[in-house]
Amino acid sequence: MSDVVIAAEKLNVVFDTGDQPVVALSDVDLTVERGDFVSLIGPSGCGKTTLLRAIADLVPLSSGKLSVNGVSPDAARRNRAYGYVFQAPALFAWRNVVRNVTLPLELMGMAKAERERRAAENLALLGLRGFGKKFPWQLSGGMQQRVSIARALSFKPDLLLMDEPFGALDEITRDNLNLHVHSLWRQTGLTSVFVTHSIPEAVFLSTRIVVMSARPGRVLRVIESGLPADRNLEMRDTPEFLRVTQAVREALRDGHSYE
Amino acid sequence: MNKIIPVASVLVGLLLVWYIAAYFLNAPQAIALMDPDDARNFWLVVQAAFSMDRPVLPTPDQIVFSLADSIFDYPLNSPRNFLLQTMYTAGTALAGLAIGTLAGILFAVGIVHSRVLDRSLMPWLIASQTIPVLAIAPMVVVALGNVGFTGLVPKAAIVGYLSFFPIVIGMVKGLRSPEVMQLDLMRTYHASQAQVFWKLRWPVSLAFLFPGLKVAVALSVTGAIVAELPTGAQFGLGARLLAGSYYGQTMMMWGALVLASLLALSLIGLVRLGEAGLVYRRGGRL
Repeated sequence: MSDVVIAAEKLNVVFDTGDQPVVALSDVDLTVERGDFVSLIGPSGCGKTTLLRAIADLVPLSSGKLSVNGVSPDAARRNRAYGYVFQAPALFAWRNVVRNVTLPLELMGMAKAERERRAAENLALLGLRGFGKKFPWQLSGGMQQRVSIARALSFKPDLLLMDEPFGALDEITRDNLNLHVHSLWRQTGLTSVFVTHSIPEAVFLSTRIVVMSARPGRVLRVIESGLPADRNLEMRDTPEFLRVTQAVREALRDGHSYE
Repeated sequence: MNKIIPVASVLVGLLLVWYIAAYFLNAPQAIALMDPDDARNFWLVVQAAFSMDRPVLPTPDQIVFSLADSIFDYPLNSPRNFLLQTMYTAGTALAGLAIGTLAGILFAVGIVHSRVLDRSLMPWLIASQTIPVLAIAPMVVVALGNVGFTGLVPKAAIVGYLSFFPIVIGMVKGLRSPEVMQLDLMRTYHASQAQVFWKLRWPVSLAFLFPGLKVAVALSVTGAIVAELPTGAQFGLGARLLAGSYYGQTMMMWGALVLASLLALSLIGLVRLGEAGLVYRRGGRL
């Protein structure tokens, strides 16, 4: 297996709207290696979500080459190569937490005992032990999103794709979830792509930060973090951390004319 | 507890209006039958108006007693026993409801999954409901009778025809109510169309099935009664209504009416019970 998990070359995605086509992605190149934690950051409309959805085979490519886990996005999706976390938890309200997490396993036809063992394992990983019998509406927004991450992990994908998973949450909850995601990545080494518009979040979590700009959506700069792999929230005030933050901010400013 | 007082006050008000109406509607005939001397005594007129054999408007107590007589004084297999008639009607309503629910769900599944059916079927379903059931009921009875179906089948078909509609409307909405994100999620799992249906669309739609079922239940009792009219009016509450109106037996008509509404209420109760069971299984919310 090659070490490159996602390879995008001259990727273009154009949406046909009523009056004129919208170029969501223009000549995007992206390489994600095994074990990377890559954040896509940029202003609204820069195509970061579209890029993630293209990787997940949720939007069709207009042109360009994209391979996910060594195969086409479509084949990767069929192989269930990735777990996807949406902007909202998208939990099934009629299923309790365990049954939400086991949903993909059910679809795969896994035996019940094994499903429940996996669910317990993943819920523990996200600090949700003891909440299995609760229903989604009985949990806070942050916990719901953690359940949805546990669900994405349940079938042991090679790749974790997260689309602004904490955008709707308050900052304190977001810090807490960032710690969860970070420790998850440290424990599993799971290759992750994370869409966000929060600079500190991107810097805190990532090994690499892909800065994008809008109209048309394109990659401006790729910033290697260089920060140590083990991170904690206090680190966000260190000069090294602030230097990376500054670099991201500058890149964003360069690409955005604030017209 | 806090519901009892308002509901009870409305009930008392209704009873009051009823007795006053019964007095004014029945008094002229009562007076005509009375000794002219007695007719000048208000209380005697009231008594007479409230205890006629064939009143224009029977009083609630007369209806209750005549129902009690029919239920307790006749064996359960006698056609004069209202309970037997209610059971006939309930059987028709339930059989028709089963047909209507099944048909409604199948139509909705078809409409949601096929663009062609969505375009072609819905206008016809709506048109079907603009035809008065009184007009179509005799035709259904005759047509099905010709191919050998008599008794329950044509009646259940008429009830089904009436009750499938709210189910279709509710289920089409329900089956379409999964969020885009939930559908995308299923796509990331490479779920088959059947899996999307059984794991997502169907469970979501159940919340829309029950409101539709409640409307369908109310329609099913109406439908069952209407369906009993052209089938010779031998069995059921509809038959009692018809017989009552032929022979001026208002008490019989009111008795049938009361039992029909009690029947509808208990069927609604059954739907509620099913709904409550599902809510319980889903941890307190539908």
